[in-house]
Amino acid sequence: MTGTFDRHFFHWIGVVGVTVLCLWLQGDWKWLSEYPGDWVVPVSDWLNAIMDWIVKYSGWFFLGVSWVLEWPIDAVRVVLNALPWSVTTFVVCVVAYAASGWKLSLFAFLSMLYMVVIGYWFESMNTLSLVAISVPMAIVIGFSFGVWGFFSKRAERVIMPMLDLFQTVPTFAYLLPILMLFGFGTVVGLIASVMYSFPPMVRNTIVGLRGVSPEVIESGLMSGATQRQLFWQVRVPSSMRQILLGVNQATMASLSMVIIASIIGGTEDIGWEVLTQIRKAQFGESLLAGLVIALMAMVIDRITAGLATRSDNYETGEKTFIQRYRLWIIAAIGSIVFGLIAQIAAPLNDWPRAWEIDPSDAMNSSLTYLIVNFRPQIEAIKTFAFFFVMLPAKIGLQQAVSPFTWGFALTTTHKIIYAAAILGMVTFLSLRGSQKAGISVLISGIVIYFGLAGMPWPALVLIGAVAGLKIGGPMLAAGTAAGLMFIVMTGTWSEAILSIYLCGIAVVLSFVAGSAIGIWAAHNETVSRVVRPFNDTLQTMPLFVLLIPFVMIFKIGEFTALLAIIAYAIVPAIRYGEHGLRSLPDTVIEAATMIGATRSQMLWQVKIPLALPVMMLGLNQTIMYGIAMLVIAALVGTNGLEQIVYIGLSDGDFGVGIVAGIGMAIIAIIADRMTNAWSRKRQQELGLSPS
Amino acid sequence: MKTSTGDLNTVKLSCRNVWKVYGQQPDQFFNSAEGKVENAAALSSRILNNDHILANADVSFDVHVGEIFVIMGLSGSGKSTIVRCLSRLVEPTAGEILLDGEDLLKKTDAELIDIRRHKMGMVFQSFGLMPHLNVIDNIAFPLKIQGIAEADRYAQASRVIELVGLQGRENNYPRELSGGQQQRVGIARSLAVEPDVWFLDEPFSALDPLIRKQMQDEFLRIQSKLHKSIVFITHDFQEALRIADRMAIMRDGAIVQIGRPVDLILSPADDYIREFTQDVPWESILRAADIAKPTRKKTANLPVVNEDALVETLLSQLASSADGVAVKAADGSILGVASAQSLAAALASGVSSTAVDE
Repeated sequence: MTGTFDRHFFHWIGVVGVTVLCLWLQGDWKWLSEYPGDWVVPVSDWLNAIMDWIVKYSGWFFLGVSWVLEWPIDAVRVVLNALPWSVTTFVVCVVAYAASGWKLSLFAFLSMLYMVVIGYWFESMNTLSLVAISVPMAIVIGFSFGVWGFFSKRAERVIMPMLDLFQTVPTFAYLLPILMLFGFGTVVGLIASVMYSFPPMVRNTIVGLRGVSPEVIESGLMSGATQRQLFWQVRVPSSMRQILLGVNQATMASLSMVIIASIIGGTEDIGWEVLTQIRKAQFGESLLAGLVIALMAMVIDRITAGLATRSDNYETGEKTFIQRYRLWIIAAIGSIVFGLIAQIAAPLNDWPRAWEIDPSDAMNSSLTYLIVNFRPQIEAIKTFAFFFVMLPAKIGLQQAVSPFTWGFALTTTHKIIYAAAILGMVTFLSLRGSQKAGISVLISGIVIYFGLAGMPWPALVLIGAVAGLKIGGPMLAAGTAAGLMFIVMTGTWSEAILSIYLCGIAVVLSFVAGSAIGIWAAHNETVSRVVRPFNDTLQTMPLFVLLIPFVMIFKIGEFTALLAIIAYAIVPAIRYGEHGLRSLPDTVIEAATMIGATRSQMLWQVKIPLALPVMMLGLNQTIMYGIAMLVIAALVGTNGLEQIVYIGLSDGDFGVGIVAGIGMAIIAIIADRMTNAWSRKRQQELGLSPS
Repeated sequence: MKTSTGDLNTVKLSCRNVWKVYGQQPDQFFNSAEGKVENAAALSSRILNNDHILANADVSFDVHVGEIFVIMGLSGSGKSTIVRCLSRLVEPTAGEILLDGEDLLKKTDAELIDIRRHKMGMVFQSFGLMPHLNVIDNIAFPLKIQGIAEADRYAQASRVIELVGLQGRENNYPRELSGGQQQRVGIARSLAVEPDVWFLDEPFSALDPLIRKQMQDEFLRIQSKLHKSIVFITHDFQEALRIADRMAIMRDGAIVQIGRPVDLILSPADDYIREFTQDVPWESILRAADIAKPTRKKTANLPVVNEDALVETLLSQLASSADGVAVKAADGSILGVASAQSLAAALASGVSSTAVDE
């Protein structure tokens, strides 16, 4: 079968031509490989000037807000610290019971007990007090914006891109302006956490209110509801489930941001504890503290998720006051009882220092044992990944292959063989009719040979723009080109490439491995059951914590960062892979079975092509997760944009930090739009409804 | 089926020259709010040529007190839009909706809310139940909206629950009920405020055929007690025949024909109507009066049947006697003679495109 070459093919050939030309010329024209420093637009200086101006003339306002917000935080903190741990634990257990039953209640109890016994109660309560203030604020703000966006199309058009920005700008990056405006203190954590956690609330509110079926609205209208009644008694309660899902997501985001915000210090919370322990290379301690965060996240997640999905099967009708408010009464009485007992039995009030368990020394020594005894293996893994995966992607085969790394030098013969192999594959694929695959192989071949860092920037911008054009049309192409040019012109291109390189490898590995696991899980119930709790745990884990085990074994460096990113980004790939394969229409599978497809034909020719759009949504999420983790990975020593953001934060250089942050947001948004557009296009072609 | 109680001569709800146009500027086609135009067909084609969507074109009909008025049409015929115009869930572009002689379209929002609270009830195709409320709270919802105290609204809701036979299900949530049960809740809710006018928008279309039949019977039973003025939307011609006192058939937003089911069968307005009526089991629709031919001959020696006797019960008599049977009206007078020949003539008028001359 021979394919015809359409105009898309020739467009791409043109792109390859320009790329090759750039590569050829970059020896003579230096500006092709490196954007000249003289041409850099000093956006970061401008931003700094604006910021200085704001701080100078309206700093008093923000400091005032800061002063006002300080009060409720302090109040909650004082209360939580003053309450005996037994009382707090009891109340949490009752809430957990109300949300989902005695199992969660038991889990909550054990988690709280762990915090007490391990000696992190005080720090945990400090974290919790910040979350306790930030979540209601995020919910109120998010709900209000959601309602506004629901009623006004115009408002929605403004709100939605803002949300994208809030969620894609690296978390560290917007700590910086907040720090500068609101001054040093817990308020920074609060505001950052509110800003980070209200977007999911907005989205879920809009989705929920939109999702109410028109007939329900009409039946409300026909019942003679006024606009106000229609809203509060029909729309909101009907979409309560979705809205509560927003509450769950907002809570998790808030906790995760509170932890991240502790990087600026001065909070004495659990995030700060983890961070200082990591910095002191106290791995036992950091793991113990990290576990507190993980447990806290899991308990809060399960409770809010439980409240969201709880089926309201309480009986109406004849109910006494006591029956109706049973749990409230139990919580109140129990608190008083525990409070009183704690006055007599001191350990129920303050856990004695002497009773604290500290297994960190044992953990440290066993880790040392592990590292000492398995040093060759650990080194081997690291070296292999570095020489054969990371270096080629970064600086290309051209430079990565040397006697020192691969054991031989790259001769002209090798180069010719490589070029011939790539061209052969391209020709083969193109003649078989899949020119798109051929083009991808050709471009990948060039990139792998020269390395991402060795590609001239005009070529990469062009490739990005043309990809945008083919996938999503002229708007996406223009957006991609403009975004990438912003990065180029602000002089952060080389760091951006390093970010893309590290995140890219992590995403590719996560997506391939994750999809494979997902496909396996779709065919095997046992696998599915085993994988699910892992996914749940990894996903609720605040990003900090994921770094700990990898830093312990592999020390700081890009490889550790890579592993941490993979650990986090693999989750959506697994989830969407399984979901995509499981949600295929039965009729198609039956039809393929009746035609007599073998298992592998069924998988490769029926299931995967049909599930691909959903899996692409998984890829989208994998990329977003990867970028989110990349930002945090700056802590363990990477060299990309994320590192500039981090340095900007520690130096207090607003302009530099925010420009790098916007650069990362641009990369994230481009990746998001491209994968989404592709998935949507593909789904329409297949006649599947976009999910 | 007849629900002949109630005063069929009083008009309850009247729909006059109603137009509904969707598009950029729907108003441009009408000089005034009134939908009366010289040439509806010409206006329709002008609207369509201007890239506007015509949902309802010059729709007029009356619904009498205690009558079941069925609007039948295939999907996209505008039947759902017109019932929403009647309740002003959709704002008509032009025309008048008269409820008890007052134009509904001139009512303020507050007045409209009041009318919906007390005079109208509506049942929806996919039930439109509130997912967060259990059965009794769903049914009492319109009463709650009116601010009626809990005890009173539960008492009223219990009455309608009994009417639709859902006792014992009060505390279930909609998702725990079957489709038929959910629609009973929908029916009960629409009746909770004791409305005069009852709109049913394809109420049984989402149900299985067997359940649908049951629900139709149930519906007729309820109507025989309550005598509401009903507008019933359906796409099912058989369903329309079963329950309608009078019916309208819609196509492309306009009404093609209005009449009693038997009128449609015996004298379909055009081939479109004939397509529906062709497969109708005429013997179970036609009654003696429908095929009786006035006669000057003596009828004393003929067997006498009542005017509302179904033709299927007369077939053997007609077959055995060429003279036929005398048809007696309710007041005892003789309407005419029904014979095999008159039956054939009546059927022929419904089948062929040229009306048979008497």
